[in-house]
Amino acid sequence: MSERQVPELDGQGLGWLEEAGPDRDIVLSTRVRLARNLQGFPFAVKASGEDRERLLERAREALRSGDILGAADVWRMEELGASDRTLLLERHLVSRELILGPEGDTPRGSALALGRDRTLGLMINEEDHLRLQALRGGFQLVRAWHDVDQLDEELGARLPYAFHHEFGFLTSCPTNVGTGLRASVLIHLPGLVLTKQIQKVLEGMGQLGLTYRGLYGEGSRIVGNFFQISNQTTLGKTEEDLIDQLESLVARVIGYEKQARSVLLREAPSVLEDKVWRAYGILQNARSLSFEEMMNLLSGVRLGVSLKLLKSPRVETISRVMIHAQTAHLERAARRRLDETDADVFRAAYVREALSADGTSASSGE
Amino acid sequence: MNCEHCGERAAEITLTEIESDEMRTLHLCSACAALKGVGSGPADSPPIADLLAHLGGAGSGPGFGSDVEACEYCGTRAQDFRKTGRLGCPQCYVHFAGQLRALLRRVHGASQHMGKVYMSSAVDIDDAEARLDTLRRRLARAVEIEDFESAAQLRDQIHALTEAP
Repeated sequence: MSERQVPELDGQGLGWLEEAGPDRDIVLSTRVRLARNLQGFPFAVKASGEDRERLLERAREALRSGDILGAADVWRMEELGASDRTLLLERHLVSRELILGPEGDTPRGSALALGRDRTLGLMINEEDHLRLQALRGGFQLVRAWHDVDQLDEELGARLPYAFHHEFGFLTSCPTNVGTGLRASVLIHLPGLVLTKQIQKVLEGMGQLGLTYRGLYGEGSRIVGNFFQISNQTTLGKTEEDLIDQLESLVARVIGYEKQARSVLLREAPSVLEDKVWRAYGILQNARSLSFEEMMNLLSGVRLGVSLKLLKSPRVETISRVMIHAQTAHLERAARRRLDETDADVFRAAYVREALSADGTSASSGE
Repeated sequence: MNCEHCGERAAEITLTEIESDEMRTLHLCSACAALKGVGSGPADSPPIADLLAHLGGAGSGPGFGSDVEACEYCGTRAQDFRKTGRLGCPQCYVHFAGQLRALLRRVHGASQHMGKVYMSSAVDIDDAEARLDTLRRRLARAVEIEDFESAAQLRDQIHALTEAP
């Protein structure tokens, strides 16, 4: 079954992949989002179809008259095919809530605006009226906060935000109220998992008001030793304090991870080397790969590259594979829907090709 | 399956604990998982509904009792909020302010916003001071990441605010 695809979605919102951000062999990406709502409109649970349409129109006007997202592409989720909507989810550009209503329908008037610089986005008619988001490669919390704060200033001058002198920026769910800020870092921690220190580190984070999730946020499982670390509370601290606290904690976690890796390298070099090369070998040769298996193997390869046990692939290639070997991305390349068996076969083929292309360029470049 | 900790609510979170080479798996509801410090983060699902159920169920403290009247703007009732963890409109924050304050202290450890002040609301002197603070922090940040164009604009805005009669 073929489905309409929007060609302009190619490469959208993947600017962070090409960015050589700091600590990128351990931190894949940094995201900061702000939740904002408008006065005079009910929150999502109480909003009618007309409310949502009016809100979308107000948001589009505000975007058009501004500099930052003035030339942004705006997609209504109802107008995209199911596969394209999932594609955006796989790129972390939309949330499940934006594309899936309570009855399994696509919520009316829900939309995504994406800047041409491909790092800034705005979700409209999500759980909150507006969710502003900046996505950067590597460990760049201050940069991402700066980006999203500028967009916030511009939109706030054009739209009447719901703000309360005591509670701050008002949100549909009180867990987001105040700053409305959620900063998160997608981090790869195989060293801490292999040395069995991860639980201790995660527990420590909980005590500091920080939380962690899997690759796809809330409720998602941990795959491939990738964790999303973010602030849990949003009220009672300045945005800068929230960012600083997360930044210093993540910096410490990076330090622990590096220590764990050097311990592994010192204490069990042959075990580690075997694990890394086996993972690389399977990825180069497998004919069918589930997403989870691929992620676990990519984790091993990523560790190997970071420790210079492997010369190729490059870290960027691994990040790109993590995005493009997800099912909706494979469907887009195949131009049809794929069932699970087909998807696993296409995934394995994509991975083989990506690794062999990178392997060749790496050796010929020497 | 029910939560293995409280045995009452449905288990939603699988928690894997690693303790000295022993791995064990627990199935918990989000409220009990939160008590264990596990990230049932607030972004997508409403764990706050579980927290509210805990508060209401224990029958202690200033909860969202059904005796509170519905919000006059959107009709959201205390029991609606208990169920979904979502408020109906910005006005609900004013309407339920008393109950929310207690809840926010439990969730965030505070109920007073300390972050940036929305400029359209910066009418009195306190707010103008807070606005100035926000601008100064933004200026420091712009300098830190070497965005000098923004830094120059922010400096002008700060001057305009401080030199106003």
